[in-house]
Amino acid sequence: MLAQALLLQLGYNATLVTIGAALLGAAAGITGTFLFLRKRALVADAVSHATLPGVAMAFLIMVALGGEGRSLIGLLLGSAVSAMVGLWCMNALTRHTRLAEDAAIGAVLSVFFGFGVVLMTVIQSLGVGRQAGLEGFLLGSTAGMLFADAVTIALGGLAVLAVIAVMRRPMLLVSFDPEYAAAQGVNVPRVDMAMMALVMAVTVVGLKIVGLILIVALLIIPAVTARFWSERAGQVVILSGAFGGVAAYLGAAVSATAPNLPTGPIIVLFSAALFLLSLLLAPGRGVLAAILRHRRFQARVHMRQGLLALAQGQEIFEPLTRRLLRRAGLMRADGVATDDGRAQAAKALRDEARWAMLRRDQAQEAASAQYDGLRGIETVLTADQIAALDARIGAPKEAI
Amino acid sequence: MDIALVSRDGKKITEPGGQDSPLAIRGLTVSYGEKPAVFSVDMTVEAGKMTAIIGPNGAGKSTLLKAALGVVPAVSGRVQVFGKPIARQRGRIAYVPQRASVDWDFPTRVIDVVLMGLYREVGLLGRLRGRHVKQAEACLDRVGMKDFAHRQIGQLSGGQQQRVFLARALAQGADLYVLDEPFAGVDAATEKAIIDVLKALRAEGKTVVVVHHDLATVAGYFDNVFLINTRKVAEGTVAEAFTADTLHDAYGGRLATAQIAQVAG
Repeated sequence: MLAQALLLQLGYNATLVTIGAALLGAAAGITGTFLFLRKRALVADAVSHATLPGVAMAFLIMVALGGEGRSLIGLLLGSAVSAMVGLWCMNALTRHTRLAEDAAIGAVLSVFFGFGVVLMTVIQSLGVGRQAGLEGFLLGSTAGMLFADAVTIALGGLAVLAVIAVMRRPMLLVSFDPEYAAAQGVNVPRVDMAMMALVMAVTVVGLKIVGLILIVALLIIPAVTARFWSERAGQVVILSGAFGGVAAYLGAAVSATAPNLPTGPIIVLFSAALFLLSLLLAPGRGVLAAILRHRRFQARVHMRQGLLALAQGQEIFEPLTRRLLRRAGLMRADGVATDDGRAQAAKALRDEARWAMLRRDQAQEAASAQYDGLRGIETVLTADQIAALDARIGAPKEAI
Repeated sequence: MDIALVSRDGKKITEPGGQDSPLAIRGLTVSYGEKPAVFSVDMTVEAGKMTAIIGPNGAGKSTLLKAALGVVPAVSGRVQVFGKPIARQRGRIAYVPQRASVDWDFPTRVIDVVLMGLYREVGLLGRLRGRHVKQAEACLDRVGMKDFAHRQIGQLSGGQQQRVFLARALAQGADLYVLDEPFAGVDAATEKAIIDVLKALRAEGKTVVVVHHDLATVAGYFDNVFLINTRKVAEGTVAEAFTADTLHDAYGGRLATAQIAQVAG
């Protein structure tokens, strides 16, 4: 069953949903990266919660006009309008009052969502025929999705990607260095607004599949996941789109295997799994890599301290230091240095003196800047330079 | 009276050679809240020279330039760049912001930052090609950072980061270079690298404006100074405007008389 779902063999509707979700996931991942890089991730949460009153009102208006109120385009239009109003409120709050953006986000998010829930309750009590579908907008519901709905979602996703293709450079510039961007003539508020419009578009398009409560996860988790794997913004954007697309594809396929599995939460769980894997395993920024790096650094520190202690004839008590020195064949079990150990210890002591001399020399600032108390001086100076230093220190007390 | 042509002290904005001033500011007022940070300032930058903007902390040095370039909004005033409104001259201005203004953990490499200087030239949809990368590498070479092209920017020291910002400005191939505190908190090697590049730019006939805080190096580095303490205090060549009197006016009690005598010689 699962294999069938993953291979799109579960029938027309499931296939439609899965492909639609993958497209949406990719578009959301890419859009979300810019939001993440601009450090405005939470704005997306406010925007998505602000869609709820719009959905409810659009339903009520469509019913009042004599329709049955389930037209997806109508509901999405309603959600877009109320998201825009929410965004406008947030901007007005931050611009005209002393409220910081986080406070404005909290205020707008809760008020709009609360209002939306009230409207939903009203709709329930009205008992208008087919209102049941509306709850699907909270957590996403793909059962009974029509071909036209899927096309709406796909076109929306493609439109978002097209706008990003055009706006990517200004958006990156504004995210990295808004002052420079402004001096270059980039209209920073307008680029920010465009970014928000993209977020709104993704939210509105994704309402049906993941629901408004979880859409923020689709925007942000792929971006932070991708950040683990790359130090280049362009790559982060593309990886984020890939992670978002894969998580959405898997989530939608799995949720199609059983009748009542909600699509949105399962997509988010897959997304979170990718995030966890990246957090642990990514080279460079991952947790395991960081632990390994720290271990190696610690070993170097202990080694250096041990050598200096040997050179000065001090006894070494630190168990890790003893272990490292013995494993390297520099010290015997009884704490006495081997020949090799004595030579390296003398060299370490000698390097200390050389570093001290080097760091007194203003002209050698670039080399001195490399000093970390650990590295051998030959890693920053040539043999000639070392000889010159030695000449200034005086004759070595021991041969090296 | 056409204020675009004659400033209050009667000095002509239009240069004798007919070339318009690279940066002419008239009556610029900038305010954060209701306390003006810069009040009704006129400034005329001389073409082909290096000008230092000097004043005590909070005197509005950076704010003046940011407002002139449209980075922060001005309450009033007008700005002309090479005799035209700034909107039509963006390509001729290269701005080097303060290092602290960006997040250095941003996922970008040194070369990518320099390539940002070419975004205007490349356009929204144009591809960054090999020649653009070569151009960016040449700019990195000028500031002595070529070997760092593929490093993540967070791995650089403060001085190296500042040099990368300067390389990005060089990549623009501008005529007017505006730098905000480029020497703040950088090592001596960087300071020398930056001042050498700026002097080379001047030798090419470019104009350089620098927000500067180190009074001791003013006379050695710059041709002209502009003293500001919310209002304009003095403007002119180092000999004319960088004197014990003008420094006393700008800094008030914040500089001891002995210090003033030392730097203004």
